[in-house]
Amino acid sequence: MAGLVVLALILITISFREPTSGPLHGVQSAGATVLRPFEVAAERVARPFRDVYGYFAGLVHVKQENEKLKAQVNELRQKALLGESARAQNEEFRKQLKFVDSPLFPSDYNAVNTRIIGWRNEFDERVVIAAGRNAGIHQETPVVTNDGLVGSVTQVSPSAALVTLLTDESSAVQARDQDTGAFGVVRHGEGTGSLIVDRVTKDKLVKEGDVIVTAGTRSKQYPSLFPGNIPIGYVISVGQSDTAPFKQIQIQPFVDFSSLDAVTALITKKKNPQAP
Amino acid sequence: MAADIAKAGTLLFFAVVLQLSIMAQVTILGGHPNLLLVTLVCVALLRGAVFGAVAGFSAGLLADTGVFGTLGFTALLLTLAGYWIGRYGETTGRDRAHAPLLSVAVVTLLYQVAALVLRYMLGQNAPGGAVFEGLAPTMLLNLILTFPVYALGRRLLRPREWAPREVRLLG
Repeated sequence: MAGLVVLALILITISFREPTSGPLHGVQSAGATVLRPFEVAAERVARPFRDVYGYFAGLVHVKQENEKLKAQVNELRQKALLGESARAQNEEFRKQLKFVDSPLFPSDYNAVNTRIIGWRNEFDERVVIAAGRNAGIHQETPVVTNDGLVGSVTQVSPSAALVTLLTDESSAVQARDQDTGAFGVVRHGEGTGSLIVDRVTKDKLVKEGDVIVTAGTRSKQYPSLFPGNIPIGYVISVGQSDTAPFKQIQIQPFVDFSSLDAVTALITKKKNPQAP
Repeated sequence: MAADIAKAGTLLFFAVVLQLSIMAQVTILGGHPNLLLVTLVCVALLRGAVFGAVAGFSAGLLADTGVFGTLGFTALLLTLAGYWIGRYGETTGRDRAHAPLLSVAVVTLLYQVAALVLRYMLGQNAPGGAVFEGLAPTMLLNLILTFPVYALGRRLLRPREWAPREVRLLG
């Protein structure tokens, strides 16, 4: 018994200190590969039951949500018309300027659609997906759903990968307000699953309802390069105090992190630009 | 003994797979059922301390591997849980009908607190408030799981016949 405890402590120490390319993580990757078919099978068996539960759970707020969505559809339809003409104009200007750009979302990315096969535990905002290095996924690969940004890959084996969700304590992404252009950093907020936009100076304009998208830039502190213009969420509250240097902005993510089942990993077709 | 190892190994393997792929995302009233912990408690109660500790270590290591966790984290907690419950099963808990329920309730509490402390020591996210809020529902869910899991465990690993010990009175 004492031997097992000491062995576990040694494993924790090595696992904690070793880089993700180390031999112990290699063994872990092999183990994850062996477990993967069983996890996929279990997930498939459980899916119909979960879908039935999800269907009935969704019925509770369906009427209220329907009215809200109808109003949203009308508003978005108008915005889409304006946006389409702006997009065409933008494309034309880029051609004329011979503009050199970083990979654009979604045209410069290949999508690897995959299923979530494992969840770490209630403390962690991380999930395991059923595609890995063999599918072209590598560390820092952005992961999205139809609704918006989910997170990025932080560990990868040949047939599976660990995705750290945007709501995890360690996640952060440079973002901007789509309407006003204000830049900031989206990271987890106070409550579990909540998100805030940090580092938006008080002179910038941000309003409730504004859509927050990825900025498509990176910094030394946040090196993951997420493609620009991936929707993250919309602003639900904006505040500022005399003493704090930045605005306090809370956002509601578009992605429902509690009911993720399938996600898309974005593999760039172009080479990501490297800083000199 | 070899048959016991094979049966317990299979039971725990499927418990790990179900825990990682299904149970880990189940949230009912803020509680998260832990099928792996419940299965280990049942195995340890039926087969004793050493068996429980080895089973806990192996199952924990497998669980850590399956989700790219900190290797050894779950293994350490389950080793301690398996050993302690195994000892209880060999001594005071022997032949007591309420032993599985009592063991699961106590181990759920200790496991949650120990995991929280260990995560805090490793500098990982350790939301104490959320854990304590979900403690009662988690315990309740684990107790509900105990009935079918213990019944299955008893079927696979028949309880040992504890031979009565001879006692010689001195004096």
